[in-house]
Amino acid sequence: MAEKIRKQKNSKERASTEDAVEAKVSSKGEKLKADLDDLLDEIDEVLETNAEDFVKSYVQKGGE
Amino acid sequence: MSIAKVLGIETEYGIIATGVDSSPVTSSSLLINSYVSRFDGTIGWDFDAERPGSDARGFSLDDVFPQDIEMNMVNTVLTNGARYYVDHAHPEVSTPECRTASEAVLFDRAGEEIVRQSMDAAKRVLPAGAELVAYKNNSDGKGNSYGCHENYLVSRSTPFGELAALITTHFVTRQVFCGAGKVGSEFEGMPSSSVAFQLSQRADFFEEEIGLETTLKRPIINTRDEPHCDPMKYRRLHVIVGDANMSEVATFLKLGTTAILLAMIEDAQLDSSLVLATPVAAIRHISHDPTLRQKVLLDSGKTFTALELQDALCERAERYAQKFGLESVGEEDGKLILRRWREVIEGLKEDPMSMRHVIDWVAKKRIVDGMSERHNLQPTDSRLKAIDLQYHDMRADKCLALRANLETMINVEDALLATTTPPDTTRAYFRGMCLKKWPTDVVAANWDSIVFDIGREPLRRVPMMEPLRGTRQMTENLIAQSSTPAELVAGLGDQVSISSFKPTN
Repeated sequence: MAEKIRKQKNSKERASTEDAVEAKVSSKGEKLKADLDDLLDEIDEVLETNAEDFVKSYVQKGGE
Repeated sequence: MSIAKVLGIETEYGIIATGVDSSPVTSSSLLINSYVSRFDGTIGWDFDAERPGSDARGFSLDDVFPQDIEMNMVNTVLTNGARYYVDHAHPEVSTPECRTASEAVLFDRAGEEIVRQSMDAAKRVLPAGAELVAYKNNSDGKGNSYGCHENYLVSRSTPFGELAALITTHFVTRQVFCGAGKVGSEFEGMPSSSVAFQLSQRADFFEEEIGLETTLKRPIINTRDEPHCDPMKYRRLHVIVGDANMSEVATFLKLGTTAILLAMIEDAQLDSSLVLATPVAAIRHISHDPTLRQKVLLDSGKTFTALELQDALCERAERYAQKFGLESVGEEDGKLILRRWREVIEGLKEDPMSMRHVIDWVAKKRIVDGMSERHNLQPTDSRLKAIDLQYHDMRADKCLALRANLETMINVEDALLATTTPPDTTRAYFRGMCLKKWPTDVVAANWDSIVFDIGREPLRRVPMMEPLRGTRQMTENLIAQSSTPAELVAGLGDQVSISSFKPTN
């Protein structure tokens, strides 16, 4: 969470010093990147630790 | 004149047992039993009207292959009007019949909550450390697939061959917005690694354009003719070609767009100019190209991308709505379907990633690509396939889709209420409310009838051959005024018949 706040602050600071249009684009890009970083942090936390075993053992019978 | 598009979804969940040895059939039974045993009475399913071998093209294979329903498996009807049962080796939730796509999304979400509650209930009866985990997906990545089927009420007077020919283009191309995404290929004879990421879970498994099968040589158009309502007036179009969606908007669009196009076919407002030359190859080629640039050949000799074909279908639907209205799918819902349909098409044209809050394959691909880049993973790394599977994990603390910031249409309180309360708008209301009020007197139920024990022989069967009869408006007072099933049956008069149903336990 601390990471997220820091990133948002950075993009705000930049917006005040750069050309308005560029800043808008860049801040949007920054925001997207920060959103993705936060998401990936979370995925790293919850993803099955032994991915290989998990994938191997996930076997289903055909259905329908 | 198009008829009301009563609709519903059947979802077979993947299931694994951890910390305990259990066959998939046992796991599925345990999962469902753990849920239903929390209630007083378990209501049996009446198989009298099941005819899975009956073909819409006019012949029956019932005598040729055995009924694919095992009588000894768990099979129950819930107070929300849904069916919850073991199908083959999977737990399956069939939503109650719904009047609109948004109502069906609510009950599909309720199905997820039912499965979650079942996993919690099973955990309490299993040894410490053991659990059953369900996955709302359609393949195990090893060539085994299980379905998410849709059902739509269509008019018997529309020739089936025409309907099949005209709706196929949609079934092949709608995956651009309702594909759930998959890492790798499962197409027979093609190495898994030959496709890094594809749009659909199911596209690899379709081998025929049209047919009765659902487990082998799967057809894009399934011809099962088992209407579960008045067979002289209606068909139930049984659609086996879709993915199970985690995104509520994707489920809404999958159902809504299909319902509108079916109404257009009934009104003779969809011409044959978009018919595909080779739909079976096309569904796979489209799925295997997440850049959406793959072109497919039409009967006319022209080639288009899936997105261009969706654009053309949407445009025709917009024109149809202006001319004919959208009463068959519900006016309000219809407007929302068209608006969201147009929005995903324009969004995908501009940049597929802009649809990451709405489309499952985009949301999943974003995670797969992001993790690849962050950890410098090879396309064959197990972690990528693990992401694919875990996107659909029904455990809230593990599910990746729940972390992908998908837009929701349903709030969780409504979904929880819908686990036990039927929709007001169809015969599912009557089924669900009777089960609520008389759990021990309803001895069996199925889609088109309900059997009561009225305290004296014989059992009484209430037929429900009209999907739009038995609504709240039509039956609330009768149910409220009847203190016993005998009074209810008396109130229904000559609509009630004698039942030959024999309870098995």
